[in-house]
Order: sequence, then C-alpha cells, then structure tokens
Amino acid sequence: MIVSIKGVRGSIPTSNPETSYYGGHTACVTVVEDNWMLILDGGSGLQKVTMPAKPTNRIDILLTHLHFDHIQGLGFFGPLFDPTKDVHIWAPKSATQSLSSRLNKFLSPPLFPVLMRDLPCKLTLHDISNSSFEIGPFSIESRFVIHPGPTVAYRIKGKNAVFAYIPDHEQALGPSGMIQDKKWISGFDIADQADLLLHDAQYTELEYRDKIGWGHSSMEDAIKLATIADVKRLLFFHHDPSRTDEQIEVLYSILQKSNSDAVDFDFAREGMEFDLG
Amino acid sequence: MATYEIEIILNRQLADCLSIPVFITDTLGNLIFYNEPAEVILGTQFGETGEMPVGLWATIFKPLDEEGNALPPEGLPLVQTLNDQLPHHKIFWIESLKGKMEKISVTSYPIIGRMGKFLGAVAIFWESKDI
Repeated sequence: MIVSIKGVRGSIPTSNPETSYYGGHTACVTVVEDNWMLILDGGSGLQKVTMPAKPTNRIDILLTHLHFDHIQGLGFFGPLFDPTKDVHIWAPKSATQSLSSRLNKFLSPPLFPVLMRDLPCKLTLHDISNSSFEIGPFSIESRFVIHPGPTVAYRIKGKNAVFAYIPDHEQALGPSGMIQDKKWISGFDIADQADLLLHDAQYTELEYRDKIGWGHSSMEDAIKLATIADVKRLLFFHHDPSRTDEQIEVLYSILQKSNSDAVDFDFAREGMEFDLG
Repeated sequence: MATYEIEIILNRQLADCLSIPVFITDTLGNLIFYNEPAEVILGTQFGETGEMPVGLWATIFKPLDEEGNALPPEGLPLVQTLNDQLPHHKIFWIESLKGKMEKISVTSYPIIGRMGKFLGAVAIFWESKDI
C-alpha cells in the first residue's frame, strides 16, 4: 500500500516561497495497491494526482466532508470530463439532503460553469455514514467524527497495512478536552493501531485555546490520540495556511523535545510517499 | 471495543458543562455517564462507579407520587423515552439520600443521530418549582 501526499493545507491554498517546502495545496491524498487507486478528498492537491502505471477505468474519490478546501479541486479533475472513466464519489450525506443535492450546490452555476449531470464521465455517487465497504483490494470503514457538518474519517485496510485518515477533527471539544477513555474518543475506532495515521493538527496548543469549536485539533491532541490508539506513525495534516516552512521546522523541534517518548510523528509534506507494505 | 457515536460523546461533553444533573443512558437504559451535579443525587461518583447496568442504577431512586406511593418504572420519563423514543416530562418526588422528600422535574429526550438512528437517552433533573 503506497500512500502519497498531494495537498496538506487547511482552509485555503497558499502560494508563496515561505510555504513551498511543505506545500500550499489543500487536502488530497492517494492510496494505491495493485494498481487500484483511492483518492482521499478533492482539495486543490487533486491537480497533482497522476494515475497508476496500469490504470483501470474506475476512479474512486472518498470525500471526508464537503467543506470547500476538500472539494475545490473536483471541478478541474480531468477524469470527470473523460467519457471512458467510471468515477465513484463517496461522501457523507446529511440528515436532510442526499450527497447529490449537496454536491450540486458546488458543481453548478454560478459557482461552477458545468452542471454535475452534464459531466461526461460515468459518475456514481455513494451516500455513506458509519459504513463498511470494499473497493478493489481495500476494505474501508467510515465513521462520523467531531467536525462541523457531516464529516467522516476513513480507515483503509489493504493487504498488509492499515491507513487511517482523519484530516479535519476536533476530538478535544468539551470542557476537559479529550476524554481519556477509548470508548469516548471520537475517531478512536478509525485510528486504532493503524500503521499510519494522518490527522488534523492545524493549531498549537496555545492557538487552540482561541479556536475551540472551529472543528480542528492541536498538534498536542493529535499526539495524544495517536498514542492512545497505539498507531505506528503519525503525520500532522491540515496545516494552518499562514504557517510558514520555517515555523513548522521550529514547531517540529519543540514538539520533538517535549514528546520524545511519544509516537513517531512528523508534519505531512506534499510529495511524501509511504510504502506501508 | 466500539467507540460511542459522536452524538453520545457530544452529549456527554455538554453535560459536563452544565450545573444541572444530567444522566445519559444507552438504548437499553444502562447508565453510561452522569455529570457532577448528578453525582450528588446518586451519592456516587462516575469516576468510581463507571458505567452502571440498568438493574443497578434504577434501584437507587425511589420515585414517589404526591401521596408518597411508589411510582412504577413505566411512569418515569426516561423509561418512557427508552420505550417510545420520544421526549417526556414529569414532576414527582424522590427520597433523597438523607431520607428527605424532594420534588423534582425530570425531562428526558432521545438521542436520535444524524442518520435517524436511536442511540440512547438523556434525563435532566430540574429543581421543581410549583407552577
């Protein structure tokens, strides 16, 4: 299972030399096994996705939610305009609207010139919630997690490894932060003993105090969850768009010192690839 | 071990912020959380007891009517909510741990999740005012 990072930012893409090392694209990650590819989220990083060496006609895009930084790349994704492609989009429905209805709000004028129903590809939409499903060699579980609006996280099991993807998540929401009991931790089931966990870490602990309820996690809380869930490796994701490369390096150094016994962690960077076996 | 649904987790976090007693049960009536003000009523601490099966925690209360007669379980709001998945409200008396009769109002509501699934119930105990 090869996991490739295509976009790491939260909220809005950035484009300046100070953020170019870690990258400025919004959420997008690919997972490949046996020439089957899953695309996780359709942020602006979607434009950097290349097809596997022996691609099938089928493309699966798994959206965690429909906030703009997770779908803004969709309308410019080539396979949607290719009539030979069989594109499947998986995403959570709301209590009152289907996925089709919700996606149509973005993929229609005046926000986008092409109507979703006019896209040339063969498009199939899958409404999911707390679901289990299979795509090619992957067994996938989705679970709702704490974030404004219907939002799921994904646990992807390949032949030899488990990848957990929780890009937008505020598991510490509450008066006493994250409850230190596995049954009471949003996202625990998804992360449990994963080989790689990619998790929201938009804020520092200090910044989070002013952002409670915004739907995101501090780096420290991401480490706490990864430690309780006993994951092998943690990647910070959804970097604040104002965070420069230099600031990330400084934060990494500080966090390494204060969490020397914690799980192996790093900041996600565009272009990173992980072979999980 | 399955994690609770986020609707349950968020109800607990809300209860943890409130100064009124709140009890949260699963769909079977097992007590899965009670907050600090509820600890005063139960006479136990959640940190010590953890979750309590319905057969245990239901016996702690002695709900009574105006004349001091015991109320059957099926007449209590939380039990009704667990049975019909609807909100209920009732004013009645309970005997406190000190043996004193206290008039209380209880509001219960079902936790119906985003996908329309019944996930559990919440009971809120209000200090009763004669209205």
